[in-house]
Amino acid sequence: MSIKKKTLDLKKRMQGALMGGGEKAIEKQQSLGKMTARERIVALLDPNSFHEYDLFVEHAARDFDMDKKTLPGDGVITGTGTISGFPVCIYAQDFTVAGGSLGIMHARKISKIMDHAMNLKIPIIGINDSGGARIQEGVNSLAGYGEIFYRNTLASGVIPQISVILGPCAGGAVYSPALTDFVFVVDKISKMFITGPEVIKSVLGEEITMEELGGARVHSEVTGNAHFYAESEQECLQQIKKLVTYIPWNNSKKADPFPKKAPKTRQFKIDDIIPTDPREPYDVRDVIRAVSDDSEFFEVQELFAANMVVGFGRINGETVGFVANQPMVLAGVLDVDSSDKAARFIRFCDAFNVPLVTLVDLPGYLPGIDQEHAGVIRHGAKILYSYSEATVPKITIILRKAYGGGYIAMCSRHLRADFVFAWPTAEIAVMGPEGAANIIFRNEIKKAEDPEKVRSQKVEEYKKKFANPYVAAAHGYIDAVIEPGETRKFVVHALEVSREKAEIRPEKKHGVPPF
Amino acid sequence: MEKENQNGKKEHAFVSFVVNEAEYKTLTNKMYETRKPYEPKNPNLLRAFMPGNIPEMSKKKGDLVKEGDKLLILEAMKMKNLILAPFDGKIKSVNVKVGDKVSKNHVLVEVTPQKVKK
Repeated sequence: MSIKKKTLDLKKRMQGALMGGGEKAIEKQQSLGKMTARERIVALLDPNSFHEYDLFVEHAARDFDMDKKTLPGDGVITGTGTISGFPVCIYAQDFTVAGGSLGIMHARKISKIMDHAMNLKIPIIGINDSGGARIQEGVNSLAGYGEIFYRNTLASGVIPQISVILGPCAGGAVYSPALTDFVFVVDKISKMFITGPEVIKSVLGEEITMEELGGARVHSEVTGNAHFYAESEQECLQQIKKLVTYIPWNNSKKADPFPKKAPKTRQFKIDDIIPTDPREPYDVRDVIRAVSDDSEFFEVQELFAANMVVGFGRINGETVGFVANQPMVLAGVLDVDSSDKAARFIRFCDAFNVPLVTLVDLPGYLPGIDQEHAGVIRHGAKILYSYSEATVPKITIILRKAYGGGYIAMCSRHLRADFVFAWPTAEIAVMGPEGAANIIFRNEIKKAEDPEKVRSQKVEEYKKKFANPYVAAAHGYIDAVIEPGETRKFVVHALEVSREKAEIRPEKKHGVPPF
Repeated sequence: MEKENQNGKKEHAFVSFVVNEAEYKTLTNKMYETRKPYEPKNPNLLRAFMPGNIPEMSKKKGDLVKEGDKLLILEAMKMKNLILAPFDGKIKSVNVKVGDKVSKNHVLVEVTPQKVKK
C-alpha cells in the first residue's frame, strides 16, 4: 500500500471514531439542549489548539455480547489544548457513546490524561456527562473509578483540577468532581446525586424530582458541592475561561500577572459604602471592588453560604484571594456552611501561591440549636486551621465589627496574618457592647431603679471605651489604623514587600484538619 | 432576597437578626429559613431510624414488655432490624401493621415505663 492509501485508511478510521455514537445519538443529545463532547472541547479551547489522544482505544467488555459492539473512543475524548494560551489537559465524556458509561478502558484514558497533567504540571479539566458505571463491565468499572479518585487525591494541591458537570453524574461518579478544586454546573443540564429519585422512591417511598434532588441550583445554593452556576453551557465555558486567568499552572508557580489597573473609584466610593452604625447592612463586595484592579471580582460559590464572600481579584496585576464577611446576609455570621466555604477556598489559595486578603466585619458565630448540633465547633475550627496553616502572604483589614471568636478566626495577627489593618470604624472587642455590658455590669443593672436606663448607659460607656481599633492597636495586635481611602495603597505595598515571604513550619507527613 | 417597593423599584427586604443581644438588619438565606425547629426527644416514642417496611410485628397494644423484648422488625436497606423494648413497660399504642411502609422518624410504637414482673 502506498503512503497515500495508508493515510486514506487512517482518515477513514478517524472519521468513524470522530462520529462518536453516530448521527442519531448526536441528534438526541442536541435535542436535549446539550452540546456534544467534542463541541464542548472545541468551544472551550483556543481554535485549533485541541490535540486528541487515544482515539482508537477499544472497550474491554467481553460479557453480555458486548464484544460484538464497538464503542468509539470508549465514550470519552481526551487530549491537551490551550485556553487563551494557558495549557490544559482535558477529557470529556461522550454521552452519545453507550451513555458515556464508564468502563475500564474509558477510565484508563482518563487516568492517562491525568497522569499527563501531573507530569506536565498543567491543570486538568474534566467534563462529566455519563450515565455512571458500565454495568456490563462489573467490578472493572469500579476499579476504574477508584483509579481516578486516587489520582484526584494525588493531584490535589499540585495542579488545579476543574470539573464541569454537563449532564448526569451519578453514583460513584460524583466523587471525582467532589475531590477536585472547582465544580461548574449548568441549570437544567447538570444532575448530581449518589442515589437517584427512582431508587429513593422504591426504597424509601420519598418522592422528589431530579432537579430538586441534585440539580444545578441545589448544588450551588444548598449543598455547596458546586462552585460556579451558569444558565447555559456557553456561559459555563466562559466562566471556566475566566477562572483559568486567575490561577497558576501548578503549585510551584504564581498566576500569570495582568497589566495593572486602578479600581473604578467613581463607581465604588470606598468612603460611602459602610454605614458607621455596626448594625446596618451593606454589600461587602462593593468594598472588594473599590480596592481590586478595574473593580473586578470573580466570585466563587456566590449562591452558597452568602454570609461569607470568597473569590478572586487582582491587586496591581497580581491574583489575590478575597475572603470577606457579608453583613448583608445573616449579619455576616460564621456558621457551619460559611466556615466550610472559606476554609476550602483558603486552602486552595495557599496551595497555589495566591495571597489572601481578608475583610472583617462580623458579629460572631450564628447562635442556634441547629448550628450547635450540626457541629459548628468542628466546622468553625476549619477556618482557624486553614488560616493558621496558610503560608502565603496574609493581609487582613478590619472594616467594622470584629468580636470574640470571629475576630480570632478571620485571619487575626494571632493566626499569623502578616499585616492587620483596621479602619477607624473598627470595633475590636471580646464581644459586642450590648452583650458585654450586660455581663460586666449585671449587678449594677439589676439593682438600679431604672435598669433599662442604666443598661443603655453602660452599653454606651463600653462602646466608647472598647468599641474601637485603638485598644487592639495599643497591644500591637493591629499594625496600623488606616483611612478607608488608603486601603488599596496599603494592600499594594504589603503585597510588594511580602513577595519573598518564607515561613518555616514543623516537618510533618500531613496535619489532621477537622474534616 | 429582593422585593418590589411601592414605586416598583426593587429593594432588599431586610429583617432584624439578633446576635449576642445586638440587633442587626440583614437578609437571611435559604438554609437558615428552612432549618428545622428543635424537638426534644421523647424516649417513650420508638421511631423509625431509617425509612423502611414492617414485615413482622411481635407485640400488640396493651402488652407488657421487658427491656430487650422484640417488638417488631423494621426492614431497611436490605437489613432486618430488630426493634427492641428500650425499658420495662406497657405498649401504649402501635402505629404500624405488617406490610406498612414507613418514612424516617415515623412513630412505630409508644411504650410507657412500668414495672413488669418476670
